[in-house]
Amino acid sequence: MPGLEDLYREIILDHYRNPRNRGELETPPAHRVEGFNPLCGDEIVLYLDLDADGRVADIRISGQGCSISQSSASMMSAAVKGKTVAEIDDLTRAFKAMMSIHENSLEGAETTEPIDAPDVKLGDLEALRGVVKFPVRIKCATLAWNTLAQGIEESSA
Amino acid sequence: MAVSTDPIDGTRLKEQFPLLSREVHGKPIVYLDSAATSQKPLSVLNAMDDYYRTINSNVHRGVYMIAEEATNRMEIARALVRDFIGARSSSEIIFTKNATEALNMVAQSWGRANLSAGDVVVLSHMEHHANIVPWHMLAAEIGIQLRWIPLDTEGRLDLTELDTLLDGAKVLSVTAMSNVLGTMNPVRTLTDAARKAGAISMIDGCQSVPHGTTNVQELGADFLAFSGHKMCGPTGIGVLYGREDLLEAMPPFLGGGEMIRDVRLDGFTTNDLPWKFEAGTPAIAEIIGLGAAVEWLNGVGMDNIRAHEVSLTEYTISTLHQRFGDRINIHGPTSALERGGVFSFDFDGLHPHDISQVLDQHAVCVRAGHHCAKPLMKLLGIGATARASVYVYNDTADIDALADALDATGAFFTL
Repeated sequence: MPGLEDLYREIILDHYRNPRNRGELETPPAHRVEGFNPLCGDEIVLYLDLDADGRVADIRISGQGCSISQSSASMMSAAVKGKTVAEIDDLTRAFKAMMSIHENSLEGAETTEPIDAPDVKLGDLEALRGVVKFPVRIKCATLAWNTLAQGIEESSA
Repeated sequence: MAVSTDPIDGTRLKEQFPLLSREVHGKPIVYLDSAATSQKPLSVLNAMDDYYRTINSNVHRGVYMIAEEATNRMEIARALVRDFIGARSSSEIIFTKNATEALNMVAQSWGRANLSAGDVVVLSHMEHHANIVPWHMLAAEIGIQLRWIPLDTEGRLDLTELDTLLDGAKVLSVTAMSNVLGTMNPVRTLTDAARKAGAISMIDGCQSVPHGTTNVQELGADFLAFSGHKMCGPTGIGVLYGREDLLEAMPPFLGGGEMIRDVRLDGFTTNDLPWKFEAGTPAIAEIIGLGAAVEWLNGVGMDNIRAHEVSLTEYTISTLHQRFGDRINIHGPTSALERGGVFSFDFDGLHPHDISQVLDQHAVCVRAGHHCAKPLMKLLGIGATARASVYVYNDTADIDALADALDATGAFFTL
């Protein structure tokens, strides 16, 4: 039986209590994008500043949500700063693979096909692995990532 | 605060509810989510089981013995529901799959037959989505207009402009009790004002009917919708009460078996009430289960249930305020006499999902989210709340367990 410590790892609580890159950026040059989880009302506002090389020059997060969505956003902001769009794409796929492989196994499929996950070190983000034992919270953890993907798409368009 | 006399021993009543004897995470369950769905007493489970074991057959057309028994049992349940809400006739009791379907039936059948572009429907800011979206759908389809009764600072309906809002309106559709704030609305005042304005009144009784005596004559309601599963009955069964003359004039909702008298190649004629609105094989076991729930509730006494919940509400509000002071904010009216046992709260600035996740580890079941009332959440300026709600089988120990678990939650997140 998964316990609270599986979900709320110390590093998650640290990011929740002391969120990194909290705030706003001037738009433009930064791009503003909103993400929303209609189930729980979590809301994330992401400010993304991509430089000419397609690298994240700066990123800020505001909005409100549960400890999982907030800490995931905080960890994500720290992880993607200075990275290129291509590197972020790999990181996003690796993160989602960590989430969705378990998502599938929770749906009863014993032999889950490993999702084509790039070989990327997730670092602190590994702490969110425990979220998959609490299926209703997976959407909380992925909210920031989906919002970032949308922001990159809009900025690159 | 003076604590009201409680005629019900919730602790002893728990014995009649099999689920309440189970454990979660190795601890005895503390069920505080009855506003979402109630637990079911053994008598309800047995009634449904007995139907399947001894008289399972389709109703109304069989001429053999068990089919007659099943039909009788179903119609007895209808009579029990009729008397439970003080309806004049069984013809006025329509079984639906839930209260949502009942509300949609009125919007779609009565609404489409009687409303046209520009007609006004009056709702309130505290409605459940089930009493908003059907009207939005009708607005998109035929262009009706919606007006909204606002709330005061304590989460009561602000009725100062009621007559203006109702001026020229065709429908008033409001909840008898908020599933978020616990506010109990002055239904008679509302239905009187509607009638004076020439509007029909529809009352969402989901949160009120399970918790106190209901009499549709005293309420003055033209329609009343409520669900079985919030009143100790099974899921999959709801009720639409409608005044007989309105139902007679209302076109059928779904077409099919049971709702017809005659079908020809060139058309059909409808069955009598209430079957005109009950197309297809009904939820027979669930209807019988609902009948058993009504009998069980009658045995306890609806006035006793209300008194029990007033007492428990006083205890809950005073306990949570004493133990947590400014750390907790309970939405809705402060007086137990103006509200039901539904407590939406903010605690320590924590997100409701985090609160309910930690409470779950202490076997305390509460709901977290927008409670299908997003316009109200927006008005309150919050995305979600945690919500504890009580019923006949809860006791002060359950509230103490909630407070203890909240204590632990606060400690967990503020280390």
